[in-house]
Amino acid sequence: MTHYSWFSVFSKALSGNKGWDRAWRDPEPKAAYDVIIVGGGGHGLATAYYLAKEHGITNVAVLEKGWLGGGNTGRNTTIIRSNYMIDGNTYFYEKSLQLWEGLSKDLNYNAMVSHRQIYNLFHSPSQKEAFAKRYNIMRSCGIDGEILDRNEVMKELPYLDFSPNARFPVYGAAKQPRAGTARHDAVAWGYARGADMRGVDLIQNCEVTGFQRDASGAVVGVETTRGSIKAKKVGIAVAGHTTQVAEMAGLSLPIESHLLQAFVSEPYKPLIDTVITFGAGHFYISQSDKGGLVFGGDLDGYNSFAQRGNFHLIDHLLPEGKAMIPCLSRLRFQRTWGGIMDMTMDGSPIICKSPVDGLYINGGWCYGGFKATPGSGWCFAHTIANDRPHEFNAKLTLDRFRRGYAIDEKGAGPMPGWH
Amino acid sequence: MRITCPCCGERDYGEFAIYGDASRQRPHMEDTDFETWYNYVYTRPNPKGRHVEFWHHVQGCRQWLVVERDTVTHEVYGVALARDVVTLPEAPKANSEGAE
Repeated sequence: MTHYSWFSVFSKALSGNKGWDRAWRDPEPKAAYDVIIVGGGGHGLATAYYLAKEHGITNVAVLEKGWLGGGNTGRNTTIIRSNYMIDGNTYFYEKSLQLWEGLSKDLNYNAMVSHRQIYNLFHSPSQKEAFAKRYNIMRSCGIDGEILDRNEVMKELPYLDFSPNARFPVYGAAKQPRAGTARHDAVAWGYARGADMRGVDLIQNCEVTGFQRDASGAVVGVETTRGSIKAKKVGIAVAGHTTQVAEMAGLSLPIESHLLQAFVSEPYKPLIDTVITFGAGHFYISQSDKGGLVFGGDLDGYNSFAQRGNFHLIDHLLPEGKAMIPCLSRLRFQRTWGGIMDMTMDGSPIICKSPVDGLYINGGWCYGGFKATPGSGWCFAHTIANDRPHEFNAKLTLDRFRRGYAIDEKGAGPMPGWH
Repeated sequence: MRITCPCCGERDYGEFAIYGDASRQRPHMEDTDFETWYNYVYTRPNPKGRHVEFWHHVQGCRQWLVVERDTVTHEVYGVALARDVVTLPEAPKANSEGAE
């Protein structure tokens, strides 16, 4: 496998870019593995990578029913941040952001991580107090964060609506300087290549159709569309289909699958060099390196596995964008797509051993999965390798609902469509 | 997506607000069984296919409806007034071991 470097790029360019190797192999599944990861998206690939790199477990297969990174890894708005307040989330997302910081070098693959900051606008004194509390807790945990007043925001984001007619006048903003964006596909490809280089088999077009259980009920392998494969441990990281895969093992989860849309405008000259969230509604926006403004907002609200959205949400979202940044009204939007979110009952994820021996669950990412990709893989690999969670994911368990320790960042209660 | 309200006829889904899964019956308030309440509050069947759910015709007759809808195709199979189909839970039988 070629090590990517200035030298390799330069020398291959001189030879007409011929002779690049495949980035990863396309192996046939073996009869047995130490660990099988179901789901070849960012989280599954990151898990395989960290199993090999951090724990020396390389007899691993990642089984993907479609193609690598073809699910939510390719359908998000690429924002990375760690501004979470509730214990259980705070250090976990911070670990993830720290992994993002060195990711391209670690993977020898350009994940195009850009620390372009995030601004969470607020529009009232009480909203400011809520953000000040959240950012103070972050700072007390060693995470960067600042509170800006209206004049400071006006200086940094002059294109927001600061006119006397603004529907929701900007009162100020909370800012996390280390937040930003990354290139979503490159993250999946980088982890795939890194895992493959360490001996992990990445098996595409291989759908898991059932689990093999031994006499004690433990999972000892999987049935797939490409035959049965034995495994000592099986981890699932299948996002929107977590319910369906867990159901094959007889588990009933506190998860509903919902639809989230995202949008890209026509390419435009550089306008927004950061990530901005609206405080008077749910709207967030950034600008891709190709110039398209990338934005999104709320769930459509109803359970769905359809990967396509409806118009009412668009009708709700675009006026929010215009209320925040008036000049958006002259832009046409170019594409919209939907992804299937595995919404948990408290809006926080699940990374833990399942009640079934040999089966590990990584799911319930709601719509915050992309930023968590490195941290999720890192913690899930630790959990699988050691049969116990790392302190960073110790509270992200399945039984927290049963024990009354829900991690409800928004305080919305067990209504998955409301988080 | 269009929902045929029993009172108002076929309407765009934007007139309605969804409340969520209608497949579970709320346990009786005197039921103290932990598993019953845990399952009611937290677990969901989350089917890929036919799903029964509560919708509120907020911008119409304001009736609560029970809609059966496909979560993959979004096809609506049936709509009923919630008051016609939702049954009330029965009180639990007296527990000889006493309350928890």
